[in-house]
Amino acid sequence: MAVRTGRPLIETNRVMAPGQTPGGIDDVVNTPVLAGPQRTPLWWWIGFSISGALLLLYLVSIVQLITVGTGIFGNNSPVMWAMPIINFVWWIGIGHAGTLISAALLLFRQPWRTSINRFAEAMTVFAVVCAGLYPILHLGRPWVFYWLLPYPNTHGLFPNFRSPLDWDLFAISAYASVSVLFWYIGLIPDLATLRDKAKSRFQKLLYGTMSLGWTGSARAWTRYMRAYLLLAALSFPLVLSVHSTIAMDFAVSQLPGWNNTIMPPYFVAGAVFAGFAMVLILGIPLRRVFGFEKLITMRHLDNAAKLLLATGMIVVYGYFIELFLAWYSGVEFEVFMAYNRLFGDYGWAFWLLILCNFVAIQPLWFRKVRQTPWALFVISIIVSIGMWLERFVIIVVSLTRDFLPSSWGNYTPTFWDWSLFAGSFGLFFTLFFLFIRLLPAIATAEMKELAHHDAHHGSDPFEEIRPRYYGEERA
Amino acid sequence: MPQIFPPNANAFARWALLGGGAFVVVLIIALPIYARTINNAVGVPVAQPVAFQHNLHVAQLGIDCRYCHTTVEVAAAATVPDTQTCMSCHSQIRVGTPELAVVAASWELDTPIPWNKVHNLPDYAYFNHSAHVNSGVGCSTCHGQIDQMAGIWKNESLTMGWCMDCHREPERFLRPRSEVFNMAYVPPTDQRTLGLELVAAYHVSHEKLYQCSVCHR
Repeated sequence: MAVRTGRPLIETNRVMAPGQTPGGIDDVVNTPVLAGPQRTPLWWWIGFSISGALLLLYLVSIVQLITVGTGIFGNNSPVMWAMPIINFVWWIGIGHAGTLISAALLLFRQPWRTSINRFAEAMTVFAVVCAGLYPILHLGRPWVFYWLLPYPNTHGLFPNFRSPLDWDLFAISAYASVSVLFWYIGLIPDLATLRDKAKSRFQKLLYGTMSLGWTGSARAWTRYMRAYLLLAALSFPLVLSVHSTIAMDFAVSQLPGWNNTIMPPYFVAGAVFAGFAMVLILGIPLRRVFGFEKLITMRHLDNAAKLLLATGMIVVYGYFIELFLAWYSGVEFEVFMAYNRLFGDYGWAFWLLILCNFVAIQPLWFRKVRQTPWALFVISIIVSIGMWLERFVIIVVSLTRDFLPSSWGNYTPTFWDWSLFAGSFGLFFTLFFLFIRLLPAIATAEMKELAHHDAHHGSDPFEEIRPRYYGEERA
Repeated sequence: MPQIFPPNANAFARWALLGGGAFVVVLIIALPIYARTINNAVGVPVAQPVAFQHNLHVAQLGIDCRYCHTTVEVAAAATVPDTQTCMSCHSQIRVGTPELAVVAASWELDTPIPWNKVHNLPDYAYFNHSAHVNSGVGCSTCHGQIDQMAGIWKNESLTMGWCMDCHREPERFLRPRSEVFNMAYVPPTDQRTLGLELVAAYHVSHEKLYQCSVCHR
């Protein structure tokens, strides 16, 4: 390893703090999961109650939406997409960091992913649930959402396969199923550990059923690793494709501000950016309340912060390229779009967005900031707000001013717009609180493997195989 | 410690997975078959407050469709006739018979007869009778031999697929405007030739007929 100059990393450069043992990891991660209901910590009940209350608000909003109709939202001509689609894109973007961590970093052999992949994958699954419901609720007749599917119907029509709105359906359903499958496959060895340590009959039945008869034999492990790697290879392209498809919803239209070839890569970077912010928002309190500081170390926060900064700067590049292209194209509608975005009725949203997504991430250049959890937490929340504003600027500001001045109009969200959005947080955090109470928030089987490597083979888990694969044979 | 799962738990799990998969497949096959078999109650008579007989009024008495369905040529709705229309004859004919008690009561109390809807299109489909009648779609093309019906029922399923059959190839069904209200009309053997002539003559646009917004606005 190259000699580091300057200030050394505060804790350790390993995946986890030195001296971790398989038994110790079990104590930290699995024991709270298996603790009886009466030993559930107070913070969990408080968080779960607040989330549950918001979930009720979500259900009330949906009942209101179905009984009254989409008129309860502020969407109207010309701003037809507004909050439901802003929130849809925002939620689906958040999921991307989970897939990037679990699949892409696995394929790139980044062992630090192991501490954070489990809860990041859970975050992906729950975010996709929140996201996927929005376009359905936005349909106007949500109960016939299955008309989007190519099934043998009596309409004499199939969905329009040339429309990106239909690609959306396939992108999101593929993403949801692969994410769930990947998450669940990763959980199986841990579920078996929980099954073996379970005390109550309920736990034995729950984890016994969910672990699908896992024996932990060498053959089972071989097949398991192969399946996991294949699923990783399958979900890696989804990191790029899902949000590209969603960007296409905008890019293939003719609306100034949407019709840009830069949209797909710019959306993907934005998604990873928002996703890593959410990973930090969830991970920093999680390591605190569970005492995971030795498993989710400063190195993880540091790496996540670097990715946040890198993707954030790509996104900022996207903002400036959009404005540059508007000028460079010489199209009067594009120029007007850029002017309106900066100085129009919603100009404040753009400047606030620059503040959140550009100015607020600049402290991340400093290692001290990257290794201060509360600072990262605050920056991540600002980034999440910024990414929401980005979608607001793209969707609402572009729609309010199109080609024809006679069809211009502004947009104001209603109470139900906000209640459905707040309620979707309730859905997300209810699921997340259930997850951290009932399932291990850290992939213990993989962590134990790393602990074994740390103890017996040095800090780099691939140190042994690396010379064999990359050094000696090549030499 | 006793085993919590019986020895056949694995076999049960496998069969449950297989059964779940099979259930989904059966559902995918069965639901469309069911949808086509029930066929939206085609041929099932709809009970009405008055036992009105189309066969008596149209086939035997020779009353034109438009005598009662007055707006069929000019408006979206063909109009179910009001009591006044009934009374234009029945103030003189068969007065006081039990079959017409509801009509008489409606006339005296000035309240409409509560007819039951037979052809109930969804609210997101904008059907217009006049557009069809003036383009050479005959009454019997959709409503069947209504002049022979003693009761009233649907002759066609009214699914979107059924609409699309004609909207894709209107030349298969069009007849001259003069024959629209002829319940005994029989299409010629070279319907396609005639159909294509009528498509051109009545300015029926294949491209427009095919678009979503023709019916869904």
